[in-house]
Amino acid sequence: MAVETQLRNGSVPQQKDVSWGIAMAVSWAGLRRRLLRALITMAGVILAISFLSYMLITDSITQALVAVNNDRLNVLLQNTGVDVFGAEGTDQMTLLLIGLSLLTCFVGIVNAMLMSVTERVREIGTLKCLGACDSFIVKSYLIESAVQGLIGALIGMIVGLLVSLVIAIVNYKSFVFTNFPVLPILKALVLSFLTGTLLAVIASIWPAYLAARKQPVDALRIEE
Amino acid sequence: MGTPVISAHDVCKVYRMGTEEVHALSNVSLDIEEGNYVSIMGPSGSGKSTFFNMVGGLDTPSSGHVSVEGYRLADLNSRQLAWFRCHKIGFIFQSFNLIPTMTAVENVSIGRIFSGVSPAEAQKDAARVLERVGLGHRLDHLPGEVSGGQQQRIAIARALVNQPSIILADEPTGNLDLKTGEEIIDLLNEMKQQYNITVITATHDMKMLSASDVVVSIEDGAIKRVAKKGEFEVKVGSIDGETVA
Repeated sequence: MAVETQLRNGSVPQQKDVSWGIAMAVSWAGLRRRLLRALITMAGVILAISFLSYMLITDSITQALVAVNNDRLNVLLQNTGVDVFGAEGTDQMTLLLIGLSLLTCFVGIVNAMLMSVTERVREIGTLKCLGACDSFIVKSYLIESAVQGLIGALIGMIVGLLVSLVIAIVNYKSFVFTNFPVLPILKALVLSFLTGTLLAVIASIWPAYLAARKQPVDALRIEE
Repeated sequence: MGTPVISAHDVCKVYRMGTEEVHALSNVSLDIEEGNYVSIMGPSGSGKSTFFNMVGGLDTPSSGHVSVEGYRLADLNSRQLAWFRCHKIGFIFQSFNLIPTMTAVENVSIGRIFSGVSPAEAQKDAARVLERVGLGHRLDHLPGEVSGGQQQRIAIARALVNQPSIILADEPTGNLDLKTGEEIIDLLNEMKQQYNITVITATHDMKMLSASDVVVSIEDGAIKRVAKKGEFEVKVGSIDGETVA
């Protein structure tokens, strides 16, 4: 048959990936124009991370103050329920609370991302009709989630820092300033920030995979 | 003219619905020549969309084959199909399918970016094509801020920006009023002539017929008739006196 001889499948190139920078620009535009949705997802991260950084920072401050071993300060510490002679380190109940809040935040992000996949089936299909590879879809979902996690974690760690400082100053007055544990607090902030960002990225892996599996033919689905 | 840009040979498509087999297409053979404006008519469920999807590389036949510009689509991997869709096909949809969070110029340039062009360059190309379809003054508007007809114009610009050889338009006037629909058909026709693009529309809009070079009627998964320009007479609501739904 004539068609057989004309076949030139071998010459079809593989579609190239779009760079992270371009995917970033596209995701950013989407986030900016879906701000309310992004803020709600972010709120979950802010809550969980502010709780985490509050706990970590409060712990650093009390440990620093216990180490001073000043009589007047020990009275203040005991008044707020700190066991000055007890073992160091956070107790299990606190760890459990932190773990639970992070888990809730994680589930929240997964849920929000899954919803946005369902919501955008047609959009994903259209992008694929225009020549998007699976990798572009994955990238844009990872970036979208990472940005929300990053900003949420940043705000959350600042909120946690401020709240823990205010409470510490109310409880221990000027002792806080004279024995300010700079390094442990910095460590707590970095840890909170990384936890929040990482949490958001990990939470979006599965939704991003599901999104990339959507087919271009989904663009033709008539709904709404 | 004369060389088939799309050729379907003995195409069958069988879907499984539980235990039942549904024959969406049975033994469809069709050659479409370059630069033609082809309307595929047929009631919903006729297999029209299935055929349409196969030309765009969105679906594969159960048996037989479809080749477009000499590419046999069923044999391409997903990245090759993405390349094919990006460079060779311009898609136009009934409900426009613009990305709601992107401005007109962003919607058009995204496809250009996928083809490997730098964002700055893509932006320029997008602006130029938008100007061509009469939307030079709407570049930075979001789809929600313009009328339906203008949205479809953005979609046409998006379909054209990579200079495809085929435009696949699925009921492009389905969501538009009479007058706007006619304007869109005129625009498609004009673009077809200017760039020598093959335009294939799936439609049951009779207005489409007057612009068509070829009208293909599909019913129950088989081609019922293929009429070239001059062989069909456009009357309101009928071709050759035969009513089409």
